[in-house]
Amino acid sequence: MEFLVAGAIAVLTACGVYLSLRGRTFPVVLGLGLLSYAVNLFIVAMGRLQAGLPPLVTEGADGYADPLPQALVLTAIVIGFAATGLIIAVALALRATTGTDHVDGEEPSE
Amino acid sequence: MNHALIVPVLLPAACAVLTLLAGDRRIRLQRAAALLACLGLVVVAFGALDHTVAGAITVYRLGDWPAPFGIALVLDRLAALMLALTAVVALAALVAAMTGPEPWDRRGRFFHALFQFQLMGLNGAFLTGDLFNLFVFFEVLLVASYCLLLHGRGPERLRAGFHYVAVNLAASALFLLAIAALYAVTGTLNLADLALAVPRLGSADVPIARAAALVLLVVFAVKAAVFPLYLWLPRAYAAAGPPVAALFAIMTKVGVYAIVRVHGLVFGPDAGGAALIAGPWLLVGAVATVALGAVGAFAATGLAPMAAYLTVASVGTLLVGVAVSSTASLGAALYYALHSTLALAALFLLVERIAAQRGGDGFTPRPPVAQPALLGTALGVAAVSIAGLPPLSGFVGKLALLQATADLPATPVLWAVLLAAGLAATIALARAGSALFWKTAAAGAPAARASFASLAPTAALLAAGIALAVFAAPVKRYTDATARQLADWRLYAPAVLRESGSRSARPFPTEAKP
Repeated sequence: MEFLVAGAIAVLTACGVYLSLRGRTFPVVLGLGLLSYAVNLFIVAMGRLQAGLPPLVTEGADGYADPLPQALVLTAIVIGFAATGLIIAVALALRATTGTDHVDGEEPSE
Repeated sequence: MNHALIVPVLLPAACAVLTLLAGDRRIRLQRAAALLACLGLVVVAFGALDHTVAGAITVYRLGDWPAPFGIALVLDRLAALMLALTAVVALAALVAAMTGPEPWDRRGRFFHALFQFQLMGLNGAFLTGDLFNLFVFFEVLLVASYCLLLHGRGPERLRAGFHYVAVNLAASALFLLAIAALYAVTGTLNLADLALAVPRLGSADVPIARAAALVLLVVFAVKAAVFPLYLWLPRAYAAAGPPVAALFAIMTKVGVYAIVRVHGLVFGPDAGGAALIAGPWLLVGAVATVALGAVGAFAATGLAPMAAYLTVASVGTLLVGVAVSSTASLGAALYYALHSTLALAALFLLVERIAAQRGGDGFTPRPPVAQPALLGTALGVAAVSIAGLPPLSGFVGKLALLQATADLPATPVLWAVLLAAGLAATIALARAGSALFWKTAAAGAPAARASFASLAPTAALLAAGIALAVFAAPVKRYTDATARQLADWRLYAPAVLRESGSRSARPFPTEAKP
């Protein structure tokens, strides 16, 4: 399980970094989204990976899963969602105002 | 528990909701509410300042949860100082946004709500004693600042805005990574608890904590616009509406504040394997930032970009004091932070008045301004202060900083760069003044004169800067006391946690050094 989760975070981060360094607004937005997914997975993993444990202290269970990273990741998801919505709005306004989807708001001169 | 501690967060939030409820049509009601909230913040902030003079550290536990488990707000000297600075700058920026021939709060919707949310984020970031809560308040102030930056629209603002949002989203992702890594090794995110937990880390966990500390430094350096992460700032600040830019003058200081708070407290001199990890990186970055800001100010073709680059240079200057991290240098840096925020906010507000009468802030020949004596004097006072010439506050701050860094191995480089940057700023500002007031083209109709109300915020900020120079001794005593209080983290941790000793709610043991 560790390898799978670590591999997923690595692939998401790599794709996110690659896309967010592109010159067009849409890939940049996607890349930032992928980066935030990778970060969210990372936060959950930092609470240690365990399967089948109850979220709260329960009688008879071996233990409980760390609830704090789950609370953190919920907050991070909400904030990330709002920020992604905002950057999409900015990207659309930029496209509508300048007529290009380049991140600098103007086509690069060849 | 003293409930006044949460007022700086709740008051702007309540005011923002009220202005939203009032709707677009009732601008007078919105303005009255925003003004009252800002005045209230000034009163509360100066009350907090008075409360902390004797050195008290006051803790507010939200929901009365004990400290490592719940979220704590902590009011110490540094927090009170930043609250007061924010309240003063915000009041001036708000009045400036409501006056003038074309008031900024009428050029788009929701200006007052966004302004108040920005204040809520700023105050919360200064008060919180929890690393994740710091992230949340950073996001509150950033989301508000994205919208404020775009306020008034226009292609230039959108171009700068997209860069600004993208850079800050990437920084937020890094911030979360560092927080998660730090939580993984320590099991806590309370800053006071972290200060106790980091020195006790096992040898396997120290590299992770060091990595987290450096990632945090990168994040805060992005917010503070330290070289080489400053690229988003000049364009964004020059494109923002001047009242917004004046408020933004405090935003770079939030990054510096976070460095002082987190790296001073958690990764301070006693943090074991992660002790003082930021210092060397920060010093190089700070010196490069000063040099770059000065060069940028020299090359600027308008007063707004010049003010933006001077902001970069001022951040570098005060980071020199933070990076050296002696009590004296930190006290000097805090004084410089007060001075530079007030002076730069005044300069940003002045840009608008001059640009309104000249028809632009560029240094090309344009119609003459209608009130050359008044605006020229104001620009002169601001320039003398920012360039660090005697007798104003910039000189006092820079002198204190030079004295505090007098016997270091890096002193020759530090002094050379700081003094050369001062010279460059002097020449650049002198050139700006002569171009703006003497390089005139044939005028059509004479420009409208600025009303008294629209000049009052600038005058008030400049007067505050002069007062900072006149009362330099008591202010410097307070900033020095702040630096001493910051150095003594052994006082901070028990004050927040009540009983010393790190406890974690985690269901597995934290590996501790024997």
